[in-house]
Amino acid sequence: MTDTTLAKAPRRKPPSGPADPFDRDDLPAPPGATGALLRSLLAPHRARVVIAALILLVREAALQAGPLLVAYAIDRGVPAFRAGDHGPVVAVAVGYLLCAVLSSVLQYAFVRGAARINQDALLDLRGRIFRHSQLLSVDFHERYTSGRLISRSTTDVESLRELLSEGLQELIGVVLSFVSISLVLLWLDRGIGAVAVASFLPLHLLVRLYRRRAGRVYAERSTAIAAVIVKFAETMNGIRPVRAFRRERANDTEFAALNHRHERSNGDALLEMARYVTGSRLVANTAVAGMCLWGAYRVAAGALELGVLAAAVLYMRRLYDPIDRLGMFLNSYESAAASLGKIAGLLAQEPGVPETTAPRELPHRTGAPGREVVFDSVGFAYRTGGEVLPRFDLTIPAGQTVAVVGATGAGKSTLAKLLARFYDPTEGHIRLDGVDLCDLTTPDLRRGIVMVTQEAFLFSGTVAENIAIGRPDATREEVERAAKAIGAHEFITGLPDGYDTDVRKRGGRISAGQRQLVAFARALLADPAVLILDEATSSLDVPGERAVQRAMDTVLAGRTAVVIAHRLSTVEVADRVLVMESGRIVEDGPPSVLVKGDGHYAGLHQAWRDSLVG
Amino acid sequence: MPEKPIPPRPDRSTVRVLLRLRPYVRPVRGRLVTAAVVAVVASCLSLVIPIVLKWLVDGPVTDRDPGGVWLGALYLLLLGIAEAVLFGFRRWLVARPLSSVEARMRADLYGRLQRLPIAFHDRWASGQLLSRGTTDLMLVRMFLAFPLTFLLVNGVTILAGYVLLLSQDRTLGLVLLTPVLPLVVLSNLFERRYGVVARRAQDQVGDLTTVVEESVLGIRIVKGFGRHRSQAKAFRELSGRLRGTELAKARLLAMIWAVITALPELAIGAALVLGTVRVADGNLSAGTLVAFLSTALALRWPVESIGFLLAMSQEAATATERYFEVMDAEEEPDTAEDTHGRRHPDGVRFEGVTFRYPDAPEGTPPVLDGVDLHVRPGETLALVGGTGSGKTTLTALVSRLHEATAGRILLDGEDIALMERDKLRSLVSMAFEEPTLFSASVGENVLMGAEGAGEPELRRALGVAQADGFVDRLPEGTATQVGEQGLSLSGGQRQRLALARAVVGKPRFLVLDDPLSALDVHTEARVEAALREVLRETTALVVAHRPSTVMLADRVALLSRGRIAAVGTHQELLRSNAEYAWLMSGEGDEAR
Repeated sequence: MTDTTLAKAPRRKPPSGPADPFDRDDLPAPPGATGALLRSLLAPHRARVVIAALILLVREAALQAGPLLVAYAIDRGVPAFRAGDHGPVVAVAVGYLLCAVLSSVLQYAFVRGAARINQDALLDLRGRIFRHSQLLSVDFHERYTSGRLISRSTTDVESLRELLSEGLQELIGVVLSFVSISLVLLWLDRGIGAVAVASFLPLHLLVRLYRRRAGRVYAERSTAIAAVIVKFAETMNGIRPVRAFRRERANDTEFAALNHRHERSNGDALLEMARYVTGSRLVANTAVAGMCLWGAYRVAAGALELGVLAAAVLYMRRLYDPIDRLGMFLNSYESAAASLGKIAGLLAQEPGVPETTAPRELPHRTGAPGREVVFDSVGFAYRTGGEVLPRFDLTIPAGQTVAVVGATGAGKSTLAKLLARFYDPTEGHIRLDGVDLCDLTTPDLRRGIVMVTQEAFLFSGTVAENIAIGRPDATREEVERAAKAIGAHEFITGLPDGYDTDVRKRGGRISAGQRQLVAFARALLADPAVLILDEATSSLDVPGERAVQRAMDTVLAGRTAVVIAHRLSTVEVADRVLVMESGRIVEDGPPSVLVKGDGHYAGLHQAWRDSLVG
Repeated sequence: MPEKPIPPRPDRSTVRVLLRLRPYVRPVRGRLVTAAVVAVVASCLSLVIPIVLKWLVDGPVTDRDPGGVWLGALYLLLLGIAEAVLFGFRRWLVARPLSSVEARMRADLYGRLQRLPIAFHDRWASGQLLSRGTTDLMLVRMFLAFPLTFLLVNGVTILAGYVLLLSQDRTLGLVLLTPVLPLVVLSNLFERRYGVVARRAQDQVGDLTTVVEESVLGIRIVKGFGRHRSQAKAFRELSGRLRGTELAKARLLAMIWAVITALPELAIGAALVLGTVRVADGNLSAGTLVAFLSTALALRWPVESIGFLLAMSQEAATATERYFEVMDAEEEPDTAEDTHGRRHPDGVRFEGVTFRYPDAPEGTPPVLDGVDLHVRPGETLALVGGTGSGKTTLTALVSRLHEATAGRILLDGEDIALMERDKLRSLVSMAFEEPTLFSASVGENVLMGAEGAGEPELRRALGVAQADGFVDRLPEGTATQVGEQGLSLSGGQRQRLALARAVVGKPRFLVLDDPLSALDVHTEARVEAALREVLRETTALVVAHRPSTVMLADRVALLSRGRIAAVGTHQELLRSNAEYAWLMSGEGDEAR
């Protein structure tokens, strides 16, 4: 399943093992996507990676010069010094000094250079995850959950950080020292060198085995930590009901199970590493013993100089120094690969509403700011087959206020979401002043159509910033004017810092009604041609509702408006009412006409009158 | 922006902070100590190997003794096998215990957070809490896995190495000792500066987590206003700041690493020159010099590693600090007294209840300022008040989600401040303004409201909330998964389930916060009819925004400016109270 728009389709959850990729937290990525993602992250830094590798190469050479200088000092320096020639000893001194300074300077340069590559790649990756997730549909997020996305952009990015910060140095270092030391050994003595090279075969097999096993474990670990995060986030976000319904102990138990699953896979990963370390050390130390034996025989037979053996012996130990580091690299590589796999799966999700490549502009309008909306043979169905809106036509003239009523599940919200282009229709076209919504750029679309929903979420930041989401370049005066128009000014100035009050964690201290007022102020500020209100007044009291109506009459006068409301006081002021039932528009007309009939609307209206002040 | 972190005190000692991990490490300390001993032994083996090499070169090889060569190689092999096994053994020893330490710390954090006052959660962005439970704990685990052991092991190795070096040749050994003092001083300086930057980085990760979470929770607004570009820009700025901090960290690390590489290397160079001269003078055997330098080079890695080990320890210390910032927060004290027998049917009584948020700035008026109110037993009282008048706050006080600042609340004559919270909350059932469903089945979500309730209660509650119809049409009926990880329901459906949850346990006291706001007129009427039956048997406080909800109640109380301004029936208040009339009809604006 790669289509995200079917997210809302009913999901079956068989008791034995979830089959759904969302539940398994295993969105499919095209084959090779993980590697391609890593390559594309590093590609812009190719030059810097090469420079870093060169720095490391020279540094490694400077470090490897140590034993050579020792051999030189013993084989040449000592006899020369005895003969009164101080030259070689001085050369050794100068050489060693140079090597020490060089390797330290290069070390500094490398750490800084590598950090830059690393951090730029991470910045890039975090940005890609964030931008892409913002393009994905609302339904996608409802299924993917914020916890998983947090996991992707924190713990999963973190494992790439580990790979790049330590892994790059380790990989380059490992390759360089294997190659350089093998070459030095071959040059010193072909036999010893051959043993060294031969020992790489069992090491290679070991590495392959480790990678296969660790890959599985790390994928499991990434899923497990994401599940932990989802549970954690859900609890913290619903802390009030958790407390009120004494869910603490039950939650502890559920969390413990998820936490334990992560603990197991974490331990498994560490054990895989333990196995690898033991195996590779065994191979390495056996090879060292073999090389010593071989070399010692050659010296005893007079085929090898003692100094050469001394140097070779020093190099041999160092040949296998990097196998631990190779282990660490493989470890971080497998962990990062598992995480990148998850990220690639996320990035492979197609945005439900793609941005147009051939944008068209809305025609310029003089006079009233409203625009005409046309649903032209529009139908909407989930890909799984559930038809939500059978094909229909609807024209809303510019400036008309249309109320949509009907029972839950009648398709009102779907209609609104199609108009707001949260989804694209499965068939037909929606046109704004003759331009297909699909042909509008996002900024143009949002200048044209804005939707205010029932849940008035506040972002961290000040009240003013939250209102300014409607129009980020708005001045403070404009923000206040919008708040005044909707009747929110009074409560905002009553807050500790007025408009600069930090709403803190999701507006914990601002009541639901006040939040809806802020949401309206946002919409007023955005000043759209078409305004959609999806049950946007549910938490307002009667005066609040009146203020909204007044604002629509004055500030938003002349706009086209689509209002979904349960309260018919909002509906009464509409020019036209659509009654929906099972996805179809069953009644359409001015409220004053419908109320006189004997259809649904008349019934609703009667019920509503009864609910008012007796 | 989220809670600003407390900057680390300059005098804070890394060791003291890390020592706070003791209670978590204690259960696994046997394994950890064994692992450290194993690591020390393994490192010593690494130091012994050069000595065997020296013996091999100076003895059998020089003497051309084939038997000796075989023996030497055999020793090397045995030592090598021992080293390999010990390396693996050490990792095996700590693998499970370390994951268990991390898991236990996380479980404790989670448990603690569930029990901290709501006011704490109001102040802390959940992203900051989450980053403490994930990345910070991973840093702690990594510290226990490597730096803790290897600072010790490498310290011992270096010490043993120096003893070996000094015993092999005193003068050359002393030469190698010279860089120790400057290294210690520089490392100390580094550690301090690194700690500050590491803290900043971890806090920035927390902020980033918050932004990601909000971007999902507020996705409809972002999309509705086409703001994903500006959201992405804000995110980019924040992650750019994190990048800057990380680069500052890298700069410090690069510096200390360079110093730690250079100084010992210079000393080794000096020893090499001095040694060569002495070999030439005949004061030193070539074999000794080879062994000496081999030992010195074997110490190169332990010495170099000190730099990043210190850095990792420092990061673990800041992570620990961040962790305990949450763990140290005061849990609400539960002063349970035996109040049995004092209870008599009296309904809910508010006596001079005053409330201000504990973190409210000085001088702001309290949200509630001397509320006196009596909900008679079996009565349903509607609470009406302007937007932001404190209705929701008042309801939160009844189940002690917040504690009243002054005054008291009595349930059937019993002061709730003296009751155990769990008991109190089993008596009082709530439906919140924002209906939150958890990731569980519909049935589980509803039955959360009552212990021991079963299928009949579930059906009855769904019936009261008029939710049975749509629930039965769900793919798996009451077994359908809902909540964040399940099927998403409409606002009205969620609200009805939350209402069912509130009434399922036939609670003695019921607190409903605008329970019908998202329902359409028909459904609202049906729910009201069914709810009346329930309300007859219970004492209820219902926050109401509209006349239709007020109709549920026997009497109405008007909350205005933090006080109860009027109590009476709907009709009485409509006639006598201008503010009430305005709130209910929206007419007569002059009342304000």
